[in-house]
Amino acid sequence: MAKGRVSIVVERCKACGFCVEFCPTRVLALSSAFNSKGYHPPHVVHPEKCSGCDLCGMYCPDFAIFATKTDPVKAGGDK
Amino acid sequence: MSDSLINDLVNPVEPFLRSDRIPHIWCPGCGIGTTVNSFARALIDSKIDLRSLALVSGIGCTGRVAGYVKLDSFHTTHGRAIPFATGLKLANPKLNVVVYSGDGDLSAIGGNHLIHAARRNIDLKVICVNNLIYAMTGGQTAPTTPDHSTTSTNPYGVFEPSFNLPHLVEAAGAVYVARWTTFHVRQITKAMSEAFQKKGFSFIEIISPCPTLYQRRNKMGDALDAMKYYKEKSKVRHGAPTSEVGMTMTGEIIVGKFVDRERPDYQTMMRAQYTESLGERYVEEPEMVCDCS
Ligand SMILES: Cc1ncc(C[n+]2csc(CCOP(=O)(O)OP(=O)(O)O)c2C)c(N)n1
Ligand code: SF4
Ligand SMILES: [Mg+2]
Repeated sequence: MAKGRVSIVVERCKACGFCVEFCPTRVLALSSAFNSKGYHPPHVVHPEKCSGCDLCGMYCPDFAIFATKTDPVKAGGDK
Repeated sequence: MSDSLINDLVNPVEPFLRSDRIPHIWCPGCGIGTTVNSFARALIDSKIDLRSLALVSGIGCTGRVAGYVKLDSFHTTHGRAIPFATGLKLANPKLNVVVYSGDGDLSAIGGNHLIHAARRNIDLKVICVNNLIYAMTGGQTAPTTPDHSTTSTNPYGVFEPSFNLPHLVEAAGAVYVARWTTFHVRQITKAMSEAFQKKGFSFIEIISPCPTLYQRRNKMGDALDAMKYYKEKSKVRHGAPTSEVGMTMTGEIIVGKFVDRERPDYQTMMRAQYTESLGERYVEEPEMVCDCS
C-alpha cells in the first residue's frame, strides 16, 4: 500500500520537469500528452512508491502538483 | 479554486494564493514560484496569524509575488519596497512585515534603502530572489550579475565587480543573513521560520533560475539545468565569513546561515532614547486597532 498519493493540476503545468527530477522515489515521468497550453505535464508511473513527502509540491513553481500522505483508515489499512 | 481541488485534496500552498490569478506569468521553470511554496510552508510552520502579516514587493518578476499571495500585500514602486515596509512597521509595530523582491529592486535602485534599513535594524524580513539579472525588463546587468556573463546591456561580457549581498547586509548591520538556492526548498522554509522568530533586519537570499533572460543568453540551459547546477555546486557552510561567499558564474555557491546575532532593533532603540531624554513626558505610540472585520 503506497504511503502517499500525488495530485496533479494538469492545466497549470509548464513542464519544467522539477518534480520528475527531484522526486526521491522516482514516482513521476513527463507524459506524452499535451495540456491546453501545449506543455507535457507529469504523470504517475510508480504510484506504489509515493511516500507522500510532497517534495514535488515544494519544487513545483506553478503550484500544479502536490502529494498527501494516505490516510491508513480511509485506505482500509486498519480494518 | 475548483480546478486546484482534486478529490477534496488541497495543495498546502493553495490557501495562500489568489487562485483566480493562477496560472501566473512566470516562465516555465522560473524559480520564483518555488520560493513561494517554501514561504507558504514557513507561514504554516510559524503559525503566524495572517491578520498580523503584511507582504511588500517592489517591481520586477519577483515583485509579482505581492499580486499572487492571498495576504495583505502591497506592490509598491521600483526600489521602494523597504521604505514602504518601514512605514508599515513604524506605524503598526505589532505587524510582521515581509519584503519579497528581486535582486535588482533591492540592491540597485533600492540599494540605499537596503543598507540603511539594515543599519537601523528595522524589524523586517527581507526575502531577496536573486536571479542575477534584471529579468522583467529584458535581462540587463544587475549589481549581482557575475563577472563574464553576457547580458543585454553587456553583450561582450560583464566586467564590473558584483555585489556579494550577504556581505553587504552583514556589514550594514543585519541580524540574520542566510543564502539558499531554489534547490534547497526545505532549508528556505527553515530560514524563513527562523527569521520570523527574530526581531530585527533579516535577509534571506535565494539564488533562483531565470532561464529566459539570464541562462539563455549565457548558454546555461534550461531551469532544470540550473537546479542541477545548484544541487551539484552548492556547499553548505553555516557561519561562513560573508566576505568569502561571493558568487561566480559557474563556480561553487556557498549556502547556509551566515549571521544570527542580537542587536536592539530600531523601535527598541527609539523608545530607550526617548525615555532617557524625555522621561515621563514620553508617551509610547498608541497601539493600532484595525476594525476592518
Ligand atoms: C523607477 C523605475 N525605473 C525602472 C523601472 C524598470 N524596471 C522594472 S523591473 C526592473 C528590474 C527588476 O529586476 P529585479 O528586481 O532583479 O527583478 P526580477 O525581474 O529579476 O525578478 C526595472 C529596471 C521601473 N519600473 N521603475
Ligand atoms: S523572465 Fe526570468 S525571472 Fe522573469 S518570469 Fe521569466 S524566468 Fe522568471
Ligand atoms: Mg532579478
